[in-house]
Amino acid sequence: MPEVAFWQGNEALAYGALAAGCRFFGGYPITPSSEIAEIMAEELPKLNGRFIQMEDEIAGIASVIGASITGMKSLTATSGPGFSLKQENLGLAYIAEVPMVLVDVMRGGPSTGTPTKGGQQDVMQARWGTHGDHASICYAPSSAQECYEIAIHAFNNAERFRQPVLILSDEVIAHMREKVLVPEKESIEIVNRKRPVDVPEKFVPYRPDPKDDLPCMASFGDGYTWHVTGLTHNDWGFPTNNPEEIEKNINRLMRKVDRFRDEIVRYETEYTDDADVVVLAYGSVARSARRAVRDARRRDIKAGFFRPITLWPFPDKELEKLARRVRTIIVPEMNCGQMVLEVERATKGKAKIVQQSLVNGELFKPKDILKVIEEVA
Amino acid sequence: MPSPEVMSWLRTRFFPHIWCPGCGHGIIMHSLLRALVSLEKKRSETVIASGIGCSSRMAGYIDACTMHTTHGRSLAFATGIKLSNPSLTVVDVMGDGDCSAIGGNHFIHACRRNIDITAIVMNNNIYGMTGGQASPTTPRGSLATTAPYGAIEPNFDICRLAEGAGASYVARATIANPKQAETFIKKGIQKKGFSVIEIVSSCHTQYGRRNKRRTPIENINFFKENSVAFEKSKTMTREELEGKIIIGEFVNKDVPEYTDQYLALISRVQGRGESR
Repeated sequence: MPEVAFWQGNEALAYGALAAGCRFFGGYPITPSSEIAEIMAEELPKLNGRFIQMEDEIAGIASVIGASITGMKSLTATSGPGFSLKQENLGLAYIAEVPMVLVDVMRGGPSTGTPTKGGQQDVMQARWGTHGDHASICYAPSSAQECYEIAIHAFNNAERFRQPVLILSDEVIAHMREKVLVPEKESIEIVNRKRPVDVPEKFVPYRPDPKDDLPCMASFGDGYTWHVTGLTHNDWGFPTNNPEEIEKNINRLMRKVDRFRDEIVRYETEYTDDADVVVLAYGSVARSARRAVRDARRRDIKAGFFRPITLWPFPDKELEKLARRVRTIIVPEMNCGQMVLEVERATKGKAKIVQQSLVNGELFKPKDILKVIEEVA
Repeated sequence: MPSPEVMSWLRTRFFPHIWCPGCGHGIIMHSLLRALVSLEKKRSETVIASGIGCSSRMAGYIDACTMHTTHGRSLAFATGIKLSNPSLTVVDVMGDGDCSAIGGNHFIHACRRNIDITAIVMNNNIYGMTGGQASPTTPRGSLATTAPYGAIEPNFDICRLAEGAGASYVARATIANPKQAETFIKKGIQKKGFSVIEIVSSCHTQYGRRNKRRTPIENINFFKENSVAFEKSKTMTREELEGKIIIGEFVNKDVPEYTDQYLALISRVQGRGESR
């Protein structure tokens, strides 16, 4: 029997991470994410895990990457300004292929912005924040229940694909307290990184398996000696200036995620079968959007609801299919229009896209979205 | 020639190395490897972390668990590694820019935390890899590509910085005395706590040629002529010490180490240890 908890989104993320096997947290205090660090500080020692409050955000993610290289599933959590600071070492985790999970509890920006107010202004930073090409896997939970479940998915995919996985929560989800059904431990599927099959003398640390483009990962301290670097490298993990090796390295980093895109992408729909107008929303805004769509249905408007759960990879193929059948897609966001660009890209002009933005720090009221539905219906 | 034991610690597959002929960093790597060999460390249980710069390429040439990270951040990565697996021997090799400019915050906090990591700071007074720009340890008046009229900023004294921030072992040697460097590194690794060994190195390519120390030999001779032992320095005036390099052990104390304290905290939380 699942247990019933009454958790804030931040609490659900922390307990979900622990259930996923997270045993290291390195971070720095920042509103509205600090509860995650506080829970980890309290819980990790009970599980022989490690918590460390580092000297800054940059060091927080650095310690997490270091811990992961010793074999520990590792987490850091932050908000906008900290997310900016973490971009440097996030890039190192991408190129060095180090599994880790980063939670960004979004608030309003730019800069210090509105620390105690919600926002969705970091969604493009989650895709393109660190310099250079990389494949992003990013989730946007819209309930405390989903925070718990996504924390587990995020760790599983970080381990499977050997790269950072991002969770973009927001201030509203983070501090909203809801019922969470906590599954029994045995029912939770846990994925662990592929371990080397070769003996240490024969181990080539970045030689991928052609079946999945993924190399096996040893841990510091388990008998293998190997080199980790932020420089573009060959299969030995050693820096290269060879054009063929550079291209091979970068293309594989993209391909190892792209080829499993269909297994990663998650989304949810409601009333889309006969819909004329669809509201696409994610994170906390999806809560208002779903209510608006249901209210519209009560008024005999053929409205539907589409919620990307993975922002990256974006459910573009699925959305394009839907765009062929509907007239209008409304995209309410707590930013000046970011994912709406992705919606336009995905739908290729097949439906009319209506942008609705709100940047006053408040959550959309369902009636405001309903008003737009009625206008376009 | 290095001994066969030292050679077994090298990834000769990755040679030739990037350092200029006559660079001081090779002397430091040899001192480090001799120290590791004489302490009978195992390669698979030794971590060498590094940041960015000529000095930081050292990690790649050592056949151990090596991690070449981002500029200035290596101590933060090393902290995660050491805390996760305290049984590992963790050495962090860095340059003067890494340690005292971009990584200054990580450096002072690693000292304060007193985590059992040995930091080897290769101080050659310049950003060598990027073309000879001034660093926080470029002597006042020296020429650098970003100080074409002479550096006007005061320098950091890395050892005094480490001492003030709480490191439990702090020493300085120069590449003119590799045996002393080896001894200090060895003692640093043996010390349970954060150790800083500053090794004054040379960059004749980027620093020397602009500052009348054009050849490797001129640099070694400069270090020999201008080194003053710590004990002797105490009898000298400030004016007499101007431009001198004070060498020796500055700190060697036993204070609680971070990972020990964290493991004790785990015992306490789990009700296995003494409660407070």
